[in-house]
Amino acid sequence: MSTNMIKNKLGRLVPEEINGKKQVPFKGLGKHRPVGRKYGPPIPTSIDYPHDGNKVVKSLKEALDLCGLKDGMTISTHHHLRDGDLVSNMIFDIAHDKKLKDLVWFPSASFPCNEPIIEYIQDGTINRIEGSMNGPLGRAVSLGKMNGTAVLRSHGGRVQAIQDGEVVIDIAVIAAPTADMFGNATATEGDSACGVLGYAKPDYLYADKVIVVTDNLVDFPCMPMLIEGNYVDYVVVVDKIGIPEKIVSGTTQITKSPDRLFIAELTAKFCEMTGLLHDGCYMQAGAGGTSLAIGVYMHEILKRKGESARLGFGGTTKYMVQMLEEGTMQHIMDAQAFDLDAVASISKNKGHHHYPVFNAYNFHSKGNLTSMMDIMILGATEIDVDFNGNVVTHSDGYLLHGIGGWQNCLHAKTVILPVPLFRDRIPVIVDSVTTITGPGELIDVVITERGIAINPKRKDLLDAVKGSGLPIKTIQQLKAEAEAICGIPKKPKFKDKPVAVIKWVDGTIIDSVFELDI
Amino acid sequence: MAKKIAVSGNDGPKVRSDCHLSLQISNKGDNEIIIKSKVASLFGDDILSQLSEMLDFFEIKGAKVEIIDKGALPFVIAARLEAAIKQVVKTDKEYLLPIIEENKYSTKRDIFRFTRLYLPGNTPSMMLNAGLHSPNGIILDLEDSVAPAKKNEARLLVRNALRSVNFYGAERMVRINQGKMGIEDLDYIIPHNVNLILVPKCESAKEIHVLENRIQELKKQHNISSTIYFMPIIESAMGVEKAFEIATASENVVSLAIGLEDFTADLGTMRTQEGEESKYARWRLVNAAKAARIQPIDSVYSDVANMDGLRETVKKSKALGFEGMGCIHPRQIPVIKECFAPEEKELEKAMKIVNAAIEAEKQGLGVISLGSKMIDPPVVKRAERTINLAISMGLINKNWREEYVN
Repeated sequence: MSTNMIKNKLGRLVPEEINGKKQVPFKGLGKHRPVGRKYGPPIPTSIDYPHDGNKVVKSLKEALDLCGLKDGMTISTHHHLRDGDLVSNMIFDIAHDKKLKDLVWFPSASFPCNEPIIEYIQDGTINRIEGSMNGPLGRAVSLGKMNGTAVLRSHGGRVQAIQDGEVVIDIAVIAAPTADMFGNATATEGDSACGVLGYAKPDYLYADKVIVVTDNLVDFPCMPMLIEGNYVDYVVVVDKIGIPEKIVSGTTQITKSPDRLFIAELTAKFCEMTGLLHDGCYMQAGAGGTSLAIGVYMHEILKRKGESARLGFGGTTKYMVQMLEEGTMQHIMDAQAFDLDAVASISKNKGHHHYPVFNAYNFHSKGNLTSMMDIMILGATEIDVDFNGNVVTHSDGYLLHGIGGWQNCLHAKTVILPVPLFRDRIPVIVDSVTTITGPGELIDVVITERGIAINPKRKDLLDAVKGSGLPIKTIQQLKAEAEAICGIPKKPKFKDKPVAVIKWVDGTIIDSVFELDI
Repeated sequence: MAKKIAVSGNDGPKVRSDCHLSLQISNKGDNEIIIKSKVASLFGDDILSQLSEMLDFFEIKGAKVEIIDKGALPFVIAARLEAAIKQVVKTDKEYLLPIIEENKYSTKRDIFRFTRLYLPGNTPSMMLNAGLHSPNGIILDLEDSVAPAKKNEARLLVRNALRSVNFYGAERMVRINQGKMGIEDLDYIIPHNVNLILVPKCESAKEIHVLENRIQELKKQHNISSTIYFMPIIESAMGVEKAFEIATASENVVSLAIGLEDFTADLGTMRTQEGEESKYARWRLVNAAKAARIQPIDSVYSDVANMDGLRETVKKSKALGFEGMGCIHPRQIPVIKECFAPEEKELEKAMKIVNAAIEAEKQGLGVISLGSKMIDPPVVKRAERTINLAISMGLINKNWREEYVN
């Protein structure tokens, strides 16, 4: 079957149809507006559920059978257990034993721990993955080992697809660090405590069937209920849902690399000198080594000036907790806890709140937190001279990362990408990114160790840096500098077949990933 | 011809921006090049053409080259192949990449040398961004940080780095080996615009003279006119005793550095945080350098994680009269600079003096006075230095006098 490809608004070739469904090519920012009513799951009747509230069944297999697991179904899982997740692989082991075919896996993200899934992709148990593919899974997809076409969405895009019915989840399986017999679940207790369960929220609200899997069943009621038992069909108790040391790192570490610290310091300085970092600002900082360092430098600046950020949003670490406790940040809106200090802080600190991505990122929300953010620090594998960014593929063409919240976060007031100008010999600033994950229109500043490029549309920032002594260059100058050092890289060779599509936050296709020709 | 397999470069899970290369020559058939590179799809063709071109340049046939590449830049690949070739073929040819325009500068004897960053001479990944951290000098080290078996390949890598790596204005320094090996090192660095040579374990003026003679020969041979300075490192009891003799060995000796690890070993003591054991040596060295009107430079501070300890040490150093310190990690640079920066009071006084000097000159006065005090020319000179330093560190504006209200 050959797929008909068309050019979208950014000039990228995208399929008109994938996995038997007609698609909408990216039309430009704000141009696609789905209308009608949100998708609704089937109407349940409470009298069909145990009156004593005990929904515990004896195994995951039994629960899946009771949910009517069969060929072609869509199964969702979530990545709050990160690389320590043991549950998602269990589901497909069971499906494989039952000799099921053509399942669709709809994870909020996958991790290297999901490498065993490759076998099920190759033997047809799984038709496709709609979700991120980190590391080994992405590599397999790039080499054309999956029958269906993968669909990558942002965290917000996942909620959008669930709400407008683009994806219908047959069974949601939620791994819960602590739960009761009714299905109420929480995440700050238990061996696999991970802090928050925000990624599972749309799934339990919209899936046909919901299974909660826990290794720490407590007496009713399990509070606070991050998952509400009223939406849950079955509860399963297993020995272990996760490997604790792979769920949250005991402690997150700031980068020790002098070059990354240099970029981090320059970024903080840029935010200070342009006035972006100011008393009462809304800021986000990620949990990558460089982002953490930027947070620490910003903390120092705010402390020196006796100021504080109104709120910090995103993956939480001990460094954000430190800001909260030392008064340079008033609130933490926590979408994901990355270390034990962050997990502990949620129950301890008044200003530390659960804030599911459901409420922060979703295209179908009545407003989003991300567009209110003053400073958004993000990464990228490549950025091109039009400021388009890539986070999913590497320059060699391999699909190696998910989108995460990256696309959603691009809607902040000022988006800054601190990146090295080149990695080993591979330039990060290029003519044209391998895969457009976010349009340049939304990317404001690129900060490298060899200079800062400001998107020409941000005249205000260009004015603000005049006379600042900051190393301001054009994006073309940065690209030329990278090429002078590395040489001009050749492009990888691709076949015509798209193996994955990248959805924009509104459900349209912004770019395709093609099978590598090796 | 022997079928010896030559190897060069580095490999291993932690190696980046480098490559490992093996070469075997049979003198029969075409050259065979096998490339295993993490950037193969992007630069595989470039690597292949670079290696073939080099084999042609050295007129090598029937070679089998195998490269395991971890994203090495062309200057690194060139150094690695040349090193392998020179293990099996006798040749005087040198494969030189063009020297980049940004690196064609020379330095002056009295520039600041507060910070000089040591980089191991056989580790390319650390060289690429070193200049961005703005040390006053970057030292490519051929001595202690290079394993004896790797000395030859390090020379070629350092040579290529001097030509191809942007130093971003830092003084371009090389620490050569001791003795005869150090003299041979000169062949690989003098023709490539090195600004300053660090001479390890220096114990006599004669050592400087020998080096200077060889440098003169090489300068003549390569038609080089810029001055190449010396920074001898005193690292032994004998060196300390001969400090003044060494400091005045040549007009091109601009600084005297002390190396405390070797010095304390020579004394048979341990190096401590307090530094009681090296007090005499440090005093003696500072005095010798000052007497010779050159810069005394302190040893490195080896605990890279302890910034408070570093700060304390630099302050002590400055108080003793030292005018700089070695760095073994880029993060030490800002701390050392900050400590050597003029203090507010010192700066205010300097501004007053320089301002008075300029006013006096305007009025055609031969004598500069501040209130009832006469100011001597050396005091003015020192004040000017303080001002220049403050400007270079961004503490005051270049046009400070415009805003200066007396």
